Amino acid sequence: MFNFKPDRTQYPAADADGKLEIDLETGKYLKLWQGPNHPGITGNMSVELTVCGDEVVEGKTHVGYLHRGFEKLMERRTFIQVFPIVCRVCVPEPDFNEYCYAAAVEDLAGIEVPEYATWMRTLILEMGRFNSYMMFLGGIGGALGLGITGQWMTYVRDLMLDRFEELTGARIYHMFILPGGVRGHLPEGFEARMEEVLSTAERYLDDIDKVMFSNSVFKTRTKGVGVIDPKLFEPYGVTGPNARAGGVAKDLRKDSPYLVYDQLDFEVATATDSDIFARATVRRGDVQTSIDLIRQILRKMPKDGPAMARIPNVLHWKIPRGETYIKGECSRGEYGYYLVTDGTGYPRRINVRGPSYTHAMALLEHLIPGTNISDVAALMVSLHTYPPEIER
Amino acid sequence: MGLREVLTPFTVWKHVFDEPVTIKNPIGRPAADRYRGFHQNDMASCIGCGTCEAICQNAAIDMVPVDGIETRTGDSGLRPQIDYGRCCWCALCVDVCMTGSLTMSNEYTWVDTDPDAFRFVPGLEEPWKDDEEGYEREGKRVLSGIERIHMEEMPPETRISNFEEIVDGYSRAEAILEADRCVECGLCVATCPAHMSIPDYIAAVRDQDYDRGLEILYETNPFSEVCGRVCTHKCETSCAALHEGDPIAIRWLKRHIVDEVPFDRRLELIGKPAAPTGRKVAIIGAGPAGLTAAFDLARAGHGVVVFEALSHAGGMMRYGIPEYRLPYEALDRDIGVIEAMGVEIRTNCRVGRDVTMDALRRDYDSVILAIGLNMGRSTRVPGTEGPGVEKAVDLLRRITDGEEVPVPERLVVIGGGNVAMDIARSMARLQMQKYGRVGVTLTALEDIDHFLADREEIVESREEGVQIFDARGPQEVVRDESGAVTGLRTWRVKSIFDADGRFAPAYDEGDEQIHEGTMVIEAIGQMADTSLLEEALTEALEWNRGRIRIDGAFRTSEPWLFAAGDAVKGPDVINAVADGHRVARTVMDELAAREVMQ
Repeated sequence: MFNFKPDRTQYPAADADGKLEIDLETGKYLKLWQGPNHPGITGNMSVELTVCGDEVVEGKTHVGYLHRGFEKLMERRTFIQVFPIVCRVCVPEPDFNEYCYAAAVEDLAGIEVPEYATWMRTLILEMGRFNSYMMFLGGIGGALGLGITGQWMTYVRDLMLDRFEELTGARIYHMFILPGGVRGHLPEGFEARMEEVLSTAERYLDDIDKVMFSNSVFKTRTKGVGVIDPKLFEPYGVTGPNARAGGVAKDLRKDSPYLVYDQLDFEVATATDSDIFARATVRRGDVQTSIDLIRQILRKMPKDGPAMARIPNVLHWKIPRGETYIKGECSRGEYGYYLVTDGTGYPRRINVRGPSYTHAMALLEHLIPGTNISDVAALMVSLHTYPPEIER
Repeated sequence: MGLREVLTPFTVWKHVFDEPVTIKNPIGRPAADRYRGFHQNDMASCIGCGTCEAICQNAAIDMVPVDGIETRTGDSGLRPQIDYGRCCWCALCVDVCMTGSLTMSNEYTWVDTDPDAFRFVPGLEEPWKDDEEGYEREGKRVLSGIERIHMEEMPPETRISNFEEIVDGYSRAEAILEADRCVECGLCVATCPAHMSIPDYIAAVRDQDYDRGLEILYETNPFSEVCGRVCTHKCETSCAALHEGDPIAIRWLKRHIVDEVPFDRRLELIGKPAAPTGRKVAIIGAGPAGLTAAFDLARAGHGVVVFEALSHAGGMMRYGIPEYRLPYEALDRDIGVIEAMGVEIRTNCRVGRDVTMDALRRDYDSVILAIGLNMGRSTRVPGTEGPGVEKAVDLLRRITDGEEVPVPERLVVIGGGNVAMDIARSMARLQMQKYGRVGVTLTALEDIDHFLADREEIVESREEGVQIFDARGPQEVVRDESGAVTGLRTWRVKSIFDADGRFAPAYDEGDEQIHEGTMVIEAIGQMADTSLLEEALTEALEWNRGRIRIDGAFRTSEPWLFAAGDAVKGPDVINAVADGHRVARTVMDELAAREVMQ
């Protein structure tokens, strides 16, 4: 009864290139800007919608509101000076940048990271993934008018930020994983406090299951909406939960294990329908995986050991000519750093491969036509994209 | 879709009675122990090295002068001022800090209506100084190397029977690693008497550009090969790295550069002197001060003749420093470069005997006196007059000249400086060659922690079997009925200086020892032999407590005569080199001024 089945015959036909010929003068169509300041946008970008009634005929994605030129800045910084910059590429999950950059530098400089540091890095990345999913679960509810999920998840995320603060010294930009290792050891009693956070999180996630995943309104508005045809995964570079929701069980933590993932037991969550609901359930499964992994890591990680490898004096650290690509599975898909060095004290080129670039621009444009205006926000959130990471 | 999915969401209404989870007022809540708040700086342990400024990727840190903090050895007198409009709280400055003085406070927020309040010198302004501590580095610094790269040396049992050089020198790989530890703060440059561009030549080692390194060395020191071996390396006492580890081996890195450049290449790099000016300068004494001045003057195109009384040039570098510390070939190469500049060195030519001061005054435009301190001082305790008591400098000179010197089976050295160590270790070697064992006792007024000798000299002397008795004051050279020396009687020293800081040793007479030995060698200091000046000039010159009085530019009270080196200042090679440069500068300025006057 809620199904939205527009009569597409009233809209202009597409030309050979698939481009619609829309004449705004007719008064039939309306331009509607969603963003850059809009609660339904996941950050500083906008979607230029062409609507006919409440149906979206065309959507164009616009980025550039946040361009900070990180990659260029990095070329003007020494290898250690890049370290405080990288986390800023992605606000909600900054640690992945720190890991990828550090691992790339270590790869080219031939530095072996101590075991304690690799466990600590895995812990940090899973804590970061957990937080990123908190933002997603809060956001997807919010995009569909379910305000309470946002409040709960922000609360739980705050508790995890407290753990980040005591471990790394900062809440958002942790700057803890640096080339050579990590900056410190677990504080006294950290495990117990972390367990408290995780069990609180599980209680709230149970409530999320009830209020969101078992909610007929949520289901109706998300099932069958924003379906990504699995055939598009390859050409559009769809990775991570977005692909797993379409039945492609790809996860770099399993497929090409990095850090200590090969020593951890976990299953990757998958779904089959490839719609907004499927993408949300995959993430709900993933967040539970992260919770389990954090517990496992704290149980299995060495109790002590050096946190840092011996590295050259960072003030004049030169790295031999070379190039490398370091990738990992962040909460949104494949995240990678491509680093080129030329034997000087500065990176020749750093390129950040973030999943938001592919998901939030071309893919979103492809998915928008034919949706209802009110579903665009949910569709965008369901792709779990962070504009800061597009514009680096 | 069933009724269940309509009703289930309502079960979360149970939360309606929960306490709100959001915190109304986060200000006042304590932050975590490691929280990175505003900076704190322990002003007393900060040395103003500026490493924090160097690493800051936002240029948020400026090193600024601060009232009440003076520039001194090993402290630039500057302190970091942080602009919180630029700071990103990464705390790399804390991690890289060479002394651990920089930390961060544990405070979340700070509200102020004055934007300038957010640019301040931590540790100075009151509001933040006493806040609870937040982030500090875990353990010692890891962003630059702590430990010095080990220098291979000949083991004591091998070196004690010969005069071969002890220190091996760094390999290229070792030198790069050692050079890597330098943070280029430049505190050493200020400390070095010759202000050598130390961070620059260390950078040349890192880059393996030895040509560049050598050129940098020669900008400030024509005796880099000598100083690379025997410099008193005051630079290493002000090195920022020593606060949490070993200072950079600056001296060994200097030596490494010179070792890596063949002599011919050295001559090529130094190049040719400037076109002749037609001016002539006479320099008396071919020690480090005289030859440095000669090098500078000759390079500028002036004609330079150096008059040296002994058979070889080098002064105390040759006749004072034993060969196991400074091989003669090394010294010869440094002197060779100076001679290649056109400097004429007339050895075996004693001024006052072979040529008079008046003649020099007549034949040259200027005369530089760089005669050094070559006469040993005596303790003048009873028994020092007569055979069996020697002066260290005399013995060292005779050893260098290849003369036969008396080598008794047991001997006593008086003195705690480097000369005392040199003679003790030289005699130990001769004893080893003659008797197969070492019998050297060394006594000094100072306690061992206040010896004037370099630390490694004390360590190596002991390794070689020299017995050191510290805080012992000589009272009498003990002789038997025939007048032959049998030992040295000493009392324990209670204090060396009186309340006014004057030299007035106080002894504990009850604590007496007789150190056995058939020879006593005095190594308590030297003085200049100014007899070459003759009476009229001695009368005409102004004096300052036995030394010729000079002004800040090394002019004596006679306009044609300049003086430099140990004879007027001292006390070591690098100071002599520094003096040599300055006196040469003054002479060149005077010559140029005279040119204008004519």
